[in-house]
Amino acid sequence: MASTEEIREGLAEIVNEITGVPAEDVQLDKSFTDDLDIDSLSMVEVVVAAEEKFGVKIPDEEVKNLATVGDAVTFIEKAGS
Amino acid sequence: MGILEGKRILVTGVLTEASFAFHVARLAQQEGATVVLTGFGRMSLVERIAKRLPSPAPVVELDVTNTEQLDSLAARVGEHVDGLDGVVHSVGFAPQTALGGSFLETPFEDVATAVHASTYSLKSLTMAALPLMPDGGSVVGMDFDAQVAWPGYDWMGVAKAGLEATSRYLAKYLGPQNVRVNLISAGPVKTMAARSIPGFSDFEGVWNDRAPLGWDLSDPEPGARGVVALLSDWFPKTTGEVIHVDGGVHAVGA
Ligand SMILES: NC(=O)c1ccc[n+]([C@@H]2O[C@H](COP(=O)([O-])OP(=O)(O)OC[C@H]3O[C@@H](n4cnc5c(N)ncnc54)[C@H](O)[C@@H]3O)[C@@H](O)[C@H]2O)c1
Repeated sequence: MASTEEIREGLAEIVNEITGVPAEDVQLDKSFTDDLDIDSLSMVEVVVAAEEKFGVKIPDEEVKNLATVGDAVTFIEKAGS
Repeated sequence: MGILEGKRILVTGVLTEASFAFHVARLAQQEGATVVLTGFGRMSLVERIAKRLPSPAPVVELDVTNTEQLDSLAARVGEHVDGLDGVVHSVGFAPQTALGGSFLETPFEDVATAVHASTYSLKSLTMAALPLMPDGGSVVGMDFDAQVAWPGYDWMGVAKAGLEATSRYLAKYLGPQNVRVNLISAGPVKTMAARSIPGFSDFEGVWNDRAPLGWDLSDPEPGARGVVALLSDWFPKTTGEVIHVDGGVHAVGA
């Protein structure tokens, strides 16, 4: 299983590819909407790409609980273990 | 054998896995059809979602309000299939000013945008695809009951009333070419389009309380099944029709 840092890096790559936000800005304490300015459709795409990259399922009703990058990393860690 | 065996179907409107169109495409493939998708705006997202179909479908770009893209549609779709037997219109858009209770203040330009993308587009899409249907075909669109005024649905409700009329006129003008045009009037489902409607949650209570058959707001499959049925050969003499897939809400007063 990937480490927290590996998951954060993988997620940062995805966010960068989809939204153009620099990967180094995608840190655990950053909020997707308030800090990184990611709109709801980009978020949908990030989730879809993350599901594929990490081989996990992130249900719709879960997505609204993923406010920060750290929330998403923790969810992926749990879902993958 | 599936009810769409050998049919070639163009499906617009896939955006997420919740989209009605995604489920139409999925069920159509399961019933034997070859599916080509169109995508709008977020092409990379649509392409990712297209890979989640039972067999990954090609995606061609189409903004239903873009004349150039409409003009070249038949040629671009023709690269993937040698013709079409069906076209699915699962597209709707209204600016935020046209939804959510400011009906009396909405400027006409925003109403025009909603009608262009959600109503006139049924005609534009059908005509753009017509060269691929020399022997006729089935066109199916997605409706939300336009006979009454809903909270917050506002100018989208007007656009849907127009969609119902547009489909009747298309049925009239294209019947001689053996093209059927029908709508599925679906109950509410939590899709991206629905999320953009302020007060969408008000609909939930209506369906929970009134649908004689019950209704699941997270399940687009019943509506999608209706679309597949209309695409099939089992409605051969039905056109200009609106079929309700709404758990029966349209039929009851309370
Ligand atoms: N969700 C509901 O409760 C509900 C109920 C009844 C009918 N409908 C109708 O179903 C259809 C599909 O919506 P959905 O609920 O699956 O939501 P959705 O958000 O998944 O789909 C709407 C689609 O419209 C597309 N679109 C918007 N503007 C476009 C344009 N200019 N060119 C091309 N495509 C464009 C979007 O890209 C998206 O794919 C719409 O017509 C909607 O009004 C929805």
